[in-house]
Amino acid sequence: MEINGFIVAAQIINFLILVWLLKKFLYKPILKAVEEREKKIVARLKEAEAIKAEAEKEQAEFIQKNEAFEQEKQALMSAFTTETNEKRQQLLEEARHDAEVLRDNLKAVLAEAQESLSREIRQKAQEEIFAIARKVFTELASTELEEQAVAAFIRKINSLSGEEKEQFNALFKENCQPVKVHSAFLLNEKQQTEIVNAVSQITGIRPQCHFETSPHLVSGIELIANGHKIDWSIDEYLHSLQSAITETIKAKPEADKDAEE
Amino acid sequence: MKLSPDETVFWEHGFITINMTLVMTWAIMLTLVLASWLVTRNLKTDIHISRWQCILETLVTTINNQIRDIGLPCPEKYIGYIGTLFLFIATSNSCIIFPFYEPPTGSLSTTTALALSVFLAVPIFGISENGIRNYLKSYLKPSVIMMPFHLISEFTRTLALAVRLFGNIMSGEMIVGILLSITPLIFPIVMKALGLLVGMVQAYIFSVLATVYITAAVQEAKHEE
Repeated sequence: MEINGFIVAAQIINFLILVWLLKKFLYKPILKAVEEREKKIVARLKEAEAIKAEAEKEQAEFIQKNEAFEQEKQALMSAFTTETNEKRQQLLEEARHDAEVLRDNLKAVLAEAQESLSREIRQKAQEEIFAIARKVFTELASTELEEQAVAAFIRKINSLSGEEKEQFNALFKENCQPVKVHSAFLLNEKQQTEIVNAVSQITGIRPQCHFETSPHLVSGIELIANGHKIDWSIDEYLHSLQSAITETIKAKPEADKDAEE
Repeated sequence: MKLSPDETVFWEHGFITINMTLVMTWAIMLTLVLASWLVTRNLKTDIHISRWQCILETLVTTINNQIRDIGLPCPEKYIGYIGTLFLFIATSNSCIIFPFYEPPTGSLSTTTALALSVFLAVPIFGISENGIRNYLKSYLKPSVIMMPFHLISEFTRTLALAVRLFGNIMSGEMIVGILLSITPLIFPIVMKALGLLVGMVQAYIFSVLATVYITAAVQEAKHEE
């Protein structure tokens, strides 16, 4: 329980030596290591912060780009949609127009086919009717009818207008070839003389006539002088009748169309 | 019954005495220095470290933080002294678990030596921090009349440090000794465990009080400025 001065001094020296040794071997190295680690950690944290900042920046850029891309996409989509709708509308219009054109064409073709068919039918009927008529007239031809035909021909020559007479005269005198007279029946002397007389009344010259029979003339006579023809036949009447009927037939569908409109 | 390890003398020549206290002190010193050297000779500064380095780092940084918490802003300056105080007392008190060991802190000479070192360290740190004039001025505050009281407080607190540590450790040892003679089973072990706890608490108290005194010396002078 007593205090030994030597021990106290020795312990103070021991303690100071221990302080110095532990400073050297424990505190300094440990604190240095901790400090270095802290520095490393701080550096790493700074690096991490920098990386984070960079990443955030990149993320922001990416988000911005994404938004821009999204907007662009939306704009493109809406433009495309609009364009598509317009195109669709246009195509629909075109299709409608084409359909209308086709329908009109079809209508026209149908109408034409119908018209053609009806025309053909009418034509056929007409031809048949006239063929029958001609056949009837040809079969009914008799002396009396022939004389009436000659008389009608002469009346026609006489009834030529002044202009026609002059034209005939001029052509006749330009080339003095024999006048050709075609008839459906064989003309007798008297009939030939009447015809020659009727022509000489116009020309003032007795013409040289060359008489021929032509079976295609239906109870008719024709006179050809230098390409100019004066004729009379039932066939001519039939032809004019046929023309009139044809005109009437042509006029009828137009009238129907006007009525439809 | 031995009350102090001073009583076990190995060698004596005049006033020079080699007793259990000195031998045990040297053993503790050797242990502390050797352990420190073994661990710190290959320190690593990266994230992955050895468990021993981890233990020492925890210990040193804890001491550092304690010093800072008490009020010394630069603990690196004081850790050598305060840390060694704590480690020496804590080691000598915790080694009581070994047979034939006698803690040097159970000697009044050792605790007196430690208390004297604190008694000297306080003005040394105060003067080194603020200069001799400012330090001495602090004894005259708030008035000259207070100077004797300041001086008395310096001595008494040093004496208290020495006696508190010695008393606690010696009494612990004594209780275990007495109990061993009365009830040789189990109960002395409980008392040893209690002695361990008391020893650690005393180490903490001693070093904390030393820190408080040093802080007071450093801060008071600072206030004067």
